[in-house]
Amino acid sequence: MPKTLYDKIWDAHVVHDDADGTCLLYIDRHLVHEVTSPQAFEGLRMAGRRVRAPEKTIAVPDHNVPTTPDREQGIKNEESRIQVDALDRNARDFGVNYYPVNDIRQGIVHIVGPEQGWTLPGMTVVCGDSHTATHGAFGALAHGIGTSEVEHVLATQTLIQQKSKNMKVEITGSLLPGVTAKDITLSVIGVTGTAGGTGYVIEYCGQAIEELSMEGRMTVCNMAIEGGARAGLIAPDEKTFQYVKGRPHAPKGAQWDAALAWWKTLKSDPDAHWDKVITLKGEEIAPVVTWGTSPEDVLPITSEVPDPDSFSGGKVDGVRRALDYMGLKPGQKLTDIEIDTVFIGSCTNGRIEDLRAAAAILKGQKIKPGLRAMVVPGSGLVRAQAEEEGLAQIFLDAGFEWRLAGCSMCLAMNPDQLSPGERCAATSNRNFEGRQGRGGRTHLMSPAMAAAAAITGRLTDIREMMAQPA
Amino acid sequence: MDKFTTLTGVAAPMPLVNIDTDMIIPKQFLKTILRSGLGKNLFDEMRFDDNGNEIPDFVLNQPAYRNAQILVAGGNFGCGSSREHAPWALADFGIRVVISTSFADIFYGNCFKNGMLPIVLPQDQVDILMDDAGKGANARIAVDLEAQTVTSSDGQEFHFDIDPFKKHCLLNGLDDIALTLAKVSAIDTFEAQATQARPWV
Repeated sequence: MPKTLYDKIWDAHVVHDDADGTCLLYIDRHLVHEVTSPQAFEGLRMAGRRVRAPEKTIAVPDHNVPTTPDREQGIKNEESRIQVDALDRNARDFGVNYYPVNDIRQGIVHIVGPEQGWTLPGMTVVCGDSHTATHGAFGALAHGIGTSEVEHVLATQTLIQQKSKNMKVEITGSLLPGVTAKDITLSVIGVTGTAGGTGYVIEYCGQAIEELSMEGRMTVCNMAIEGGARAGLIAPDEKTFQYVKGRPHAPKGAQWDAALAWWKTLKSDPDAHWDKVITLKGEEIAPVVTWGTSPEDVLPITSEVPDPDSFSGGKVDGVRRALDYMGLKPGQKLTDIEIDTVFIGSCTNGRIEDLRAAAAILKGQKIKPGLRAMVVPGSGLVRAQAEEEGLAQIFLDAGFEWRLAGCSMCLAMNPDQLSPGERCAATSNRNFEGRQGRGGRTHLMSPAMAAAAAITGRLTDIREMMAQPA
Repeated sequence: MDKFTTLTGVAAPMPLVNIDTDMIIPKQFLKTILRSGLGKNLFDEMRFDDNGNEIPDFVLNQPAYRNAQILVAGGNFGCGSSREHAPWALADFGIRVVISTSFADIFYGNCFKNGMLPIVLPQDQVDILMDDAGKGANARIAVDLEAQTVTSSDGQEFHFDIDPFKKHCLLNGLDDIALTLAKVSAIDTFEAQATQARPWV
């Protein structure tokens, strides 16, 4: 029977199949961070259980860690410090792989995994974090789990799972200048809605996806969860293999050859069955921004704030509430929305290519006076590379703060937060109420668009800026 | 894990769609290393103002719903972050059942690990239960997991679907990890074979 890529990875990991469709699925990589793991490790201790496969378990603190240079002197917030200390103790007690806060390899767990070669094609990857979908860019089956499941994976290296349905999202043709992976993934959610992917694993394919770098593919898969999907996948190709080759935990020598031979089989069969298919034309995707409090509230930057009455069902009240929260009026041009803050970073857009894209816009420019702007690289190694390439200096010269690695203002668990009413152009993944700080207003967009907004102080069509002579 | 068999209680209506886990339990309360005690911060930013005072309009602050055990909610409930703190906070507040037209995947799974029952019903039935919940504390909704039914205060009975394995675990309060460890020889065998086939993993 012809299979999808998801079918193939699933089949290769079934430990036990109950008659009712409940399966025990083997987990190849378990990523762990400080916020969703303490109760799981405590559960192991109380039951006298060990971590079954510590060599396949990778821990790194990212959500709580401050990103200011003074973090080397310790974390000031007591609760955050206790949580990071707990991870430190748990990692050592249970013998799992660990990148502590002051290790240069520390960073956002979904950036560290691929960077260190832990994430490989054909693997099952889980983490107590919904953005685990990121790793799907390598043709790995990767998804978020709750803390009870974290404990289950620690104890058994398996998960009790039921198979999802297959959805194909094809992006045909090429993207136009100024349009990025972020615009693809937000545009798809704009079409499907945030619940459209519920019950599915999405495979992204088509020329525009093939033309993306690995960084771009990670951005696309990262937000599969915002469309409700269990996971997002992209079939591995030469770009994938080149990215993986030589990384610290990638296979080497004869094992590399054996791995490569298998990885090359990891693609959906031409006549595989899809439960749902969505097709977008690459050349019709515009640079987009969100205007509301759900990632599905997304429109091309050339649009106006929509009227709540143009929606239907429960969404009418939802949009009314969102516009009230966001301080916006129907009919207002998106490019007239003035911002207070710019945040470039997160597991969605905190990789080197994202920083290059933003720096290309900011080179020789200054941010609008009075604006607060920060760049938070996704890992210590991304930060070091950006410094080596001269990007850090471009950001600093433009007036950005240049921070240490972490999740930072994407979810504002550390001191990087918005104040009530403060409006932010963000490269992160969620524009929920209060996400970046109580009362904070978030507009999601690509790194280049965020950089453009930093210069003008309002939401800006990147294509206008590109048309200007340098 | 706590068993779930039947529940008859007050249901609070929350018709808003896309209620995300950031709303259910904002991130500032994720810094705990415990599972307990999150109920006081359930829906914190909708329930309390900047000074920590109750917002009287919020449904769970209204006298009729302060002891609600059921939520009837808009679609795509529990979307966003995977934080299990969301079901922990609901359960700690006293809510054991959420009824909606759809749930986000991870939240849905997390409920079952905590003795909670998420129930999916069609829009017209959720609408009826939403109206029923709106009648206040005298309108009590009954849930029977064994029979897979929800009954409104005026006796309208609706059947819901549930995966048989999840139902079995919830009815008996079974511990997933103990169940899986009973299959440890299958895991050992798989691991040995997988190491042969994919030694680089």
